[in-house]
Amino acid sequence: MKGGFGKVAWAALALLGAFCLGTVALRRGEPINALWIVAAAVSIYLVAYRYYSLFIASKVMQLDPTRATPAVINNDGLDYVPTNKHVLFGHHFAAIAGAGPLVGPVLAAQMGYLPGVLWLIAGVVLAGAVQDFMVLVISSRRNGRSLGDLVREEMGQVPGTIALFGAFLIMIIILAVLAMIVVKALTDSPWGMFTVIATIPIAILMGVYMRFIRPGKIGEISVVGLVLLLFAIWLGGQVAAHPTWGPAFTFTGTQITWMLIGYGFVAAVLPVWLLLAPRDYLSTFLKIGTIIALAIGIVIVMPELRMPALTQFTDGTGPVWKGSMFPFLFITIACGAVSGFHALISSGTTPKLLANESQARYIGYGGMLMESFVAIMAMVAASIIDPGVYFAMNSPAAIIGTDVNTVAQTVSSWGFVVTPEVLTATAKEIGENSILSRAGGAPTLAVGIAQILHSVLPGEGMMAFWYHFAILFEALFILTAVDAGTRAGRFMLQDLLGNFVPALRRTEAWGPNLLATGGCVALWGYFLYQGVTDPLGGINMLWPLFGIANQMLAGIALMLCTVVLFKMKRDRYAWVSIVPTVWLLVCTTAAGWIKIFDATPAVGFLAQANKYRDAIAAGELIAPSKDFGQMQQVMVNNYINAGLTALFLFVVLSVLFYSIGAIVKARRNPQRSDRETPYIALTSEQQAAQARL
Amino acid sequence: MGTALVPLDHYAVHRRVWRRMVQTARLCCGVPDYDNYVRHMLDKHPDREVMDYPTFFRERQEARFGGRGGFRCC
Repeated sequence: MKGGFGKVAWAALALLGAFCLGTVALRRGEPINALWIVAAAVSIYLVAYRYYSLFIASKVMQLDPTRATPAVINNDGLDYVPTNKHVLFGHHFAAIAGAGPLVGPVLAAQMGYLPGVLWLIAGVVLAGAVQDFMVLVISSRRNGRSLGDLVREEMGQVPGTIALFGAFLIMIIILAVLAMIVVKALTDSPWGMFTVIATIPIAILMGVYMRFIRPGKIGEISVVGLVLLLFAIWLGGQVAAHPTWGPAFTFTGTQITWMLIGYGFVAAVLPVWLLLAPRDYLSTFLKIGTIIALAIGIVIVMPELRMPALTQFTDGTGPVWKGSMFPFLFITIACGAVSGFHALISSGTTPKLLANESQARYIGYGGMLMESFVAIMAMVAASIIDPGVYFAMNSPAAIIGTDVNTVAQTVSSWGFVVTPEVLTATAKEIGENSILSRAGGAPTLAVGIAQILHSVLPGEGMMAFWYHFAILFEALFILTAVDAGTRAGRFMLQDLLGNFVPALRRTEAWGPNLLATGGCVALWGYFLYQGVTDPLGGINMLWPLFGIANQMLAGIALMLCTVVLFKMKRDRYAWVSIVPTVWLLVCTTAAGWIKIFDATPAVGFLAQANKYRDAIAAGELIAPSKDFGQMQQVMVNNYINAGLTALFLFVVLSVLFYSIGAIVKARRNPQRSDRETPYIALTSEQQAAQARL
Repeated sequence: MGTALVPLDHYAVHRRVWRRMVQTARLCCGVPDYDNYVRHMLDKHPDREVMDYPTFFRERQEARFGGRGGFRCC
């Protein structure tokens, strides 16, 4: 920014941020406006970007604008392309933002909005954005290599393989959790189910058009696709109300689970141009569009937050998920504060498109700030709805019951007064039969989004339209992620199995293709199935696994950054990555330990498994299980989850062990020992080309 | 404003912004700028054949979803 803000203006902005945050944190008993949170977040982001990211850029990473990036050196117009920084920012943001930052804050809202907002702001500034930025620079200075390769190169073969294995496990858990969000949103919802199924023929139409009719014309057919999608939402309302078609599109959670598993298999085997790619385009545009619409909506509507700043559930007894604020809040809100998955993007396509190293600050640090802002908006959307409705929607049936009267009574007894009429009316308003026990985040968020969009564009019956628009928007990009993830997992698995049976590595052969796809689908399908059939609602079981896995990957990425800083002899700046690393390791190991060993069955996997084992031995049925086979299943699931958590702990602790080893070695060595690619200066011709971008 | 002439490059700005937005939208789908690719090929590899847009598009689609890539965030 030339000229730009003076120091005084920045100081004023910092004061404004502090003041807004103070208001958010200290005002009690009266509802506050959402704009306080938005203003606090944005001003702190700006100040952090101006000062802290500049410090990292100039002192810690010592970015060099004269250094040629991989995009310049390997420029091929395809994979390696020096790209305008705003264009790349858009690409990077679209790649990192997904369901995570939208769902995590909604689940965390059970403790009130305050803890989540504070963690989102502090976490992104000190951990999340730092991780994305540093990994981007490290990868950019190593020819755009991936996280697994970087760990292998800087720390050794063994930790590299362990990190890759960890990434594969995380992907399986992510796919299962994402798919479960869709299942929870579509159960007994003919309207939602119809619109989501309608996306398949729409995508195929787009795919055929882009392949044969007017090849590669993304724009025009995406507009057509979008119009068809809106039409499908309208038609869904008619279908749901129809006496024969309504019931025909009504499915139970288990049925949808099997449909998704079958669908995931087919979608991963089909040619990409037919279904996967066109739906990806549609979901990307819809995602960005909805996020922008939501931001504008919040500023126009200026809604008041009805959720209290803090609820009594900060003690760990909340109905949505069990566990105390430390460490579980920091696990529940993963994306938006710090997300390990971003390290895969920052070491994937983005470094291959970076025109100049100095832009890594804007794209890495700035892009993550933007994602955190999306998470803040999700928190706002969850907090503007009636808290009674929030808890009725997110608590499992085993706790609150299954009919509106019992639910209203239970939720009101917690201090969140709600009447059965309100619950019925809300369900009717959004065009659903029931809103009870729809844990998973997506439906709650959809109600929040629908309320905001409906206030901006009011209209009779439009609330239901906006609700299903929001559900479709989430389901669309979740299903795209499931398809793409299954494909990526299939190649990973073929690679892995190829070490033992070389014939399985042939990606174009049908046999290995079907085998690896089936294996991958079976893995996430198993966790999805156990989540959907879990007596406590699944989210309580799978979301912490996902959070632990994601934060663990972030821990690995930050350990890599720390090792690199020591190897570069920048010991005095190593605290920049050490501080978030320590925090993440403390949170993940504590959470992992508690999830395995805690004596409360709702929290500890082993305790839950033992509870079911003892009940089976004593011949007692635990509701809602209907027979001992189901109880046996719950017991086995919990043992498996305990084992998986132990595996995560093993992965993170062994990488820690190797990092400490690498750091000790680096400190003994008086020379720099990192594996940066040699410096190549930008030619004057290349510099001129950059100015024209 | 009054009688001041509209500068010659006035609409160039609009066009550039629009073009950037199209580039961003395409790149989000894994399709980099085609003109840039052609310019690069003509400039640096005049001996090699330049793909036409449909081929280029298919090649990029395969590259995005065909193998290693396709990583999407949670």
